[in-house]
Amino acid sequence: MNRKPPIIKITDLDFSYHEHPVLEAVNLEIEKGELGSIVGPNGGGKTTLLKLILGLLQPDRGRIEIFGESPEKGRQKIGYMPQHAHLDPLFPVSVLNVVLMGQLGKQSGGLFGGYPRQALETARAALNEVGLSDCEKDSFHQLSGGQRQRVLIARALCTEPQLLLLDEPTANIDPRSEENLYETLVRLNRRMTILLVSHDLGFVSQVVKSVICVNRQVIIHPTSNINGTLIKEIYGGDFNLVRHDHRCDKDGHHPNKPAV
Amino acid sequence: MDFFHALADPDNTFLKLALAVGLLSSIAFGIIGTYVVTRRISYLAGAVSHCVLGGIGGALWLKAIFNLEWLDPVYGALLAALVAAFIVGRFGHNPGQREETMIGATWAIGMALGIIFIDLTPGYFDITSYLFGDILLVSSQDLKLIIALDLIIILFVTSCYHQLLAVCFDEEFARLRGLNVELFYQLLLALTAVTVVLLIRVVGIVMVVAMLTLPAAAASLYANRLSGMMLLAIFLSAISIVSGLGLSYNANLSSGPVIILFAGALYFLMAGWKKLYK
Repeated sequence: MNRKPPIIKITDLDFSYHEHPVLEAVNLEIEKGELGSIVGPNGGGKTTLLKLILGLLQPDRGRIEIFGESPEKGRQKIGYMPQHAHLDPLFPVSVLNVVLMGQLGKQSGGLFGGYPRQALETARAALNEVGLSDCEKDSFHQLSGGQRQRVLIARALCTEPQLLLLDEPTANIDPRSEENLYETLVRLNRRMTILLVSHDLGFVSQVVKSVICVNRQVIIHPTSNINGTLIKEIYGGDFNLVRHDHRCDKDGHHPNKPAV
Repeated sequence: MDFFHALADPDNTFLKLALAVGLLSSIAFGIIGTYVVTRRISYLAGAVSHCVLGGIGGALWLKAIFNLEWLDPVYGALLAALVAAFIVGRFGHNPGQREETMIGATWAIGMALGIIFIDLTPGYFDITSYLFGDILLVSSQDLKLIIALDLIIILFVTSCYHQLLAVCFDEEFARLRGLNVELFYQLLLALTAVTVVLLIRVVGIVMVVAMLTLPAAAASLYANRLSGMMLLAIFLSAISIVSGLGLSYNANLSSGPVIILFAGALYFLMAGWKKLYK
């Protein structure tokens, strides 16, 4: 059997912010075709893990390989959707131009000039994928929170990635857009590997193939194993369950989820 | 109207020159101002503009002490602005590292050095025109420099429009796509520095940042594209400069502050209009 190298391979990784340990002894392998959800309490290291994978942060110890290369090289194959809260909500830019940013660095050097025609086609295809074809001429600042999130997913898709990394794609969106989003992700997963950060365990167990629990340590579980004990383990006991409202979330939203 | 009669007078070249400089500087104000506002670096631009006084003072002092006749203060101003832009760009852009303190220190030290150099320089020197600007003092040399600056800015912005857009909109994503974010940022700051130096003729060190930010900020309230924001900012800047120049000439007031008042009034009118009717 000819086994391909994993898409992400993290070995014995430690990371700390100002001597405060955030991630310890992390070992993680993500295979091609995975649709995984990264869960864990706030401050548990979810976004840190994404930034390490993207090469935006350097580990104190250990190795990260992305497509068998360093994160700085391998990240060219990653489509990344950040949380849109850090963007200027008034920035004057068209939806199409935001999506086109995914094509930067694709042309020779990408230092100067405009986009080739084929970049435009890729951007329009990405907008179509998230159902926003009619909005390409709209201004980014006129869109709703959910639409902005979809534009940023389209921008990530426009990089023509083999791995899609989504940081909280379900934050601040209404249940119907959330449903659309899951359908889109399942469809995209047929041709690319997807990892997303999510607070919504109810969704997690229905759509994703595995759950990556991040709370200083990183443990990967197939979704079939998710149960109350595991949730307790991930979030560190009943105290946190109440504080983060996850039990309620899980039970309360459960019947509304689409069967996939 | 005295202003229009004076403009029509073929012998009155200084007013025509001032008007030409004013209109041409609107291009630099509008375009660079758009980046200063969207990239949120007006505080950095303020530090750069106040450091210019250090460069002017240093150049005046060297000129007097070593009899360097060729040493025009504008060279000192350019050097100081570029050094200040490099310092605040390199070290003042580190989130969580108290960058404001660093920028504020550069701001104050640059200005203090300027005053001390001017104290040390023998003879009397009036810095008022540098601090508050006097567009009626511009020379045909200034006009040529501003035309060159406009051309460089237009060339840079048209050739790197999408790259600059990405860097200003989402720096982290631009870096992930392999863009040299630091290089673009430093180039933008260097252009801001040169713009500040050449345009302190129009409104002075103290108020040049207002001309970089007010027209662009007013334009941002109504623009849906970065390019549209630039064009509107150029237009608003030109209106402020021409009206300010005309009124200050007729009423015998300092041109810089009148121009700034027009730009400020336009900004508040446009912000108020948007709040009421949009």
